[in-house]
Amino acid sequence: MILVKSLAGKPWVWSFLGALLVWLATIAFTGGYGAGGMVTAALSLAVFTVIVGVGQMFVITLGPGNVDLSLPANIGLASAVAMKVMAGSDSMIVVGLLAALACGAAIGAVNYLLIWALRIPPIIATLSASFIIQSIDISYGRGLQIKPPPGFADFTNWQILGVPVLALLTVLFTIGAAIAMQRMIYGRSVLAIGQNIRAAWLAGVNVGRIRFLTYTLSGALGGIDGALLAGYFRGANVDIGNEYLLASIAVVVIGGTSVAGGKANVPGVWGAALFLVLLLTMLNTFGVSAGVRLLLTGLIIVGVITAAGGEKAVR
Amino acid sequence: MPEGNADIIGLSGAEKHFGAANVDIIRLDGAEKHFGAVRALGGVDFHVGPGECVGLVGHNGAGKSTLMHMVAGTLAPDSGKIGVHGGIEDNYSVSRAQKLGIRCVFQELSLCPNLSVAENTRINHAALSGLGWRRRAATLITAKLDEIFPDHGISAWDIVGDLSIGRRQMVEVARAFTVTQDRLDLVILDEPTSSLDAHTAGQLLAFVRRFVAAGKSCILISHVLGEVLRNADRIVVMRDGKVVVADAANAFDRDRLVTAMGGAEAHRGTMTETTKAEAGPLRVRARPARQADGKELVARAGEIIGLAGLAGHGQTDLLLAIFAAAQRIRPGIEVTAPVALVAGDRQSDGIFPQWSIAENIGIRSLARLRNGLLISPQREAELAAFWQQKIGIRTPDMNNNIFSLSGGNQQKALFARALGSDAEIVLMDDPMRGVDIGTKLEVYDLVREEARNGRTFLWYTTETEELDNCDHIYVFKNGRIVANLTRDELTEEKIIQSSFGDAA
Repeated sequence: MILVKSLAGKPWVWSFLGALLVWLATIAFTGGYGAGGMVTAALSLAVFTVIVGVGQMFVITLGPGNVDLSLPANIGLASAVAMKVMAGSDSMIVVGLLAALACGAAIGAVNYLLIWALRIPPIIATLSASFIIQSIDISYGRGLQIKPPPGFADFTNWQILGVPVLALLTVLFTIGAAIAMQRMIYGRSVLAIGQNIRAAWLAGVNVGRIRFLTYTLSGALGGIDGALLAGYFRGANVDIGNEYLLASIAVVVIGGTSVAGGKANVPGVWGAALFLVLLLTMLNTFGVSAGVRLLLTGLIIVGVITAAGGEKAVR
Repeated sequence: MPEGNADIIGLSGAEKHFGAANVDIIRLDGAEKHFGAVRALGGVDFHVGPGECVGLVGHNGAGKSTLMHMVAGTLAPDSGKIGVHGGIEDNYSVSRAQKLGIRCVFQELSLCPNLSVAENTRINHAALSGLGWRRRAATLITAKLDEIFPDHGISAWDIVGDLSIGRRQMVEVARAFTVTQDRLDLVILDEPTSSLDAHTAGQLLAFVRRFVAAGKSCILISHVLGEVLRNADRIVVMRDGKVVVADAANAFDRDRLVTAMGGAEAHRGTMTETTKAEAGPLRVRARPARQADGKELVARAGEIIGLAGLAGHGQTDLLLAIFAAAQRIRPGIEVTAPVALVAGDRQSDGIFPQWSIAENIGIRSLARLRNGLLISPQREAELAAFWQQKIGIRTPDMNNNIFSLSGGNQQKALFARALGSDAEIVLMDDPMRGVDIGTKLEVYDLVREEARNGRTFLWYTTETEELDNCDHIYVFKNGRIVANLTRDELTEEKIIQSSFGDAA
C-alpha cells in the first residue's frame, strides 16, 4: 500500500501506466498475438525519442520560452554528416559518430549564440536556425540516401533475448542524465534558472554558461540521434528527423516535466516515449488512418498539459 | 507633538458629527488600515477644506500613500468614517470619488503607453463618446496643457510611450485637471514634480496656486520640503501611520518639519561596541554610475556599511552593480573578494519555489558541497542543519518546501544562503522588509558577529534604526551619494536633511 502511494506521487508513473494500458489494449485486440514483438519494437523506436527528449527536457527546464525547435533539421543534417564520414566503411564508424556529435553540438552552440547575441526568443532563434540547417542539409546531402556501414546498421538493430542493445545503452544514458540533473552543479543550476532566472543569477549561478551548455547539449544529442536513426533505418535522409519536433516536446510534457521550467523528470521521458510508440502501434493495429493518429496524439498532449497544469496552481 | 495635535483634535475629532454645515470636501475620522500584521494607518483624522492646498509630508512607509488611496477611493479603511461634501460615504469607491470631484495623480504613472494623449484622456471621461470623440478629447487635453504648461510641445496625437517621462507626467497632471460632466473639487498630487525640471515644476506649482485661489483644493505630496513649505496653506506631517503634526504652513520652517518627520530623539539603543580602530584590507570601492563628483563608497574587511536615503534613489542599483562587478570587471567598481546577496524582494529575487529549505540554502555553495563530481546530500543536509541551528529557522524538517516557512523564516533561509557561502562581502538589499522584530534582532546580532570575523556587509535599508548597526553610512539621492556619515555623526535628522536636500 505504501509502495503504491509513494509511486502514485511520482508523476512519471502515469506515463508508464499509460504505456501499459495501451499495450494491454493492443494485445487484447490481437488476442495476445505479437505481444513480445511489440515490446521489442517499441523499445527500439522509443530510444530515438528518448535521446532527443532528454535534450529537449534540459532546454525546457530552463524556463518559460526555452525550447529547441531545430532538432528535426539537426537530426537530418547530422544523419547525412555521419553517413558521409562513415562512407560505408566499418572502420570509420566511431569517427562518423563523433562527426555527428560535433555537428549537433555546433548547431546547439549557434542556437544559443543567436539567442544571446541577438537577444531573440529561443523559439524564433531555433526555428530560423532550423531553416538554415535544412538548406545546408539539402545542398550537402544532395537529396541522396547514403547507406550506413553494415557493422553500424547491425549494431543499431542488435538484440539480446529480444531486448535491443541500443535501448539498454540508452537506459544507462538516461540514468546518467538523471544524476546530472539532480546531483551535479550543472543540473542544479538548470533547475534554479528554470524556477527564477533572476534569483539564480543573484545566487551566483553562471546563467549564461549554463544556458549555453544546455543548448549545446540538446544539439549534441540531436546529432547523435541522427546518426543512430540513419543506422537503424539504413540510410540518411533530410526528413528523417521530422517527427521528432512534436515527439521530443510531447515526451517531456507527458513525462511530467514542468513546461513552466524548474522541474524535470527523466524516467517520465522513457514512459512517455514508450507510450507514444505503443499508441501508434495500437492505432495502426486498429486500422486507424494517419490523420486520426495525429489528431489523437495532439489531443493527448493537450490533455496531459491540462491535467498537469491543475496541480501547479499552488503558486 | 502636543502643540500640533491640538489643531486637528479641535477641528476634526471623531466625536464631531458630519453636518450639512460642514463644508469640508473630504474628511476622514479615525481611519485605520492593516495589511496583515502591519499597521499602515492607526486612526488618522484628516480633512481638506475648499480653497486650500494641503501639504502632506513624511518618511517612506509613514502612511501617506495609504491615506491618499483612501481619499481617492482605491482602498477602503478597516475602520473609521469617510465623509465627502458633508455626507457620510458608506460605499466609497474610485468611481464614487470621480463623481464627487476627487481625482488623483499617483506617483506611478497610469497612462497607457500604447495609446495617444487624446485617447488616454478619453479613459477618464465617459462623456467623450460618439463621432469625433478623439477630436474633442484632443481639444480638451490640449487646452489644459496650454493652461498649465504654456509651450509644452506635446501634441494630442503623440503616442504616450514615445514621450519622455517628464512629458508623460505633464499629460498625467493635465488630464487630472480636465473637466467634462463630473465636477472637480480636489486633486491629489503625489510627487508631481519628481520627473519635471525646475521650470516645468514651477509652472505646475503656479497653476496649483491659481487653482486653489479659484476655490478648489489640492493635496500636495512631495519629498522636496521647500516646495511644500512655499505652496501649501496647511501642512500635515505623518509618521508611523499617524498624523503627528498638522498646522498652518507659515507655522513651519524646514527644521521643524524635519524634526516632526523623523522624531527628535535618535534611537541609539544598539550602539554598544566601540568603533573599530584598525582598518582592514579594502574589499569594495564603488562609484555610482550617476556620480558626477569624486564621492565613492569604500568598504573594508570587517565593516558594516549602511546605504541610506529615500527608497529607490540608487541604493539597489549600486548593490547590483557591485554584484555584477564581482563576476565581470566594470569601470568604477573594485571588488576584491567573493560576493553574496541577500534579496529584499524574496519572491522575485531570492526564493526557488520548487525547492526545499535545504536546497534553497545550498544553491550558493554547490561547489563546496561536492564529493567528487556529485553534490553530496549529506553535506547539503549538514550545511542546512548548521544554519538552522545558528540562525534559528523554525521548521521540523529542512527538507520541507521553502514555502512551508513563514516570511521571516524564509528571509532567514536567504541569510543562511549568503552567510553559509564563501562570500567575504555580503550585500543586503533592504532584507528586513516585512520581517518581525524578533527575527530582526536575531539577524542584527548575527551580522555584527560575522563582521567581527572579518566579513564585510553593505546594507541598504529604509529603516533608520537599522543604520545604528553600521560603522559608516552613505546617504543616496537621485542615484548619487550625497553624504558620508560615520556612526558617531549619525542622527535621523542628518539623514533626512541629506536625502531631502533641495540642491540636486
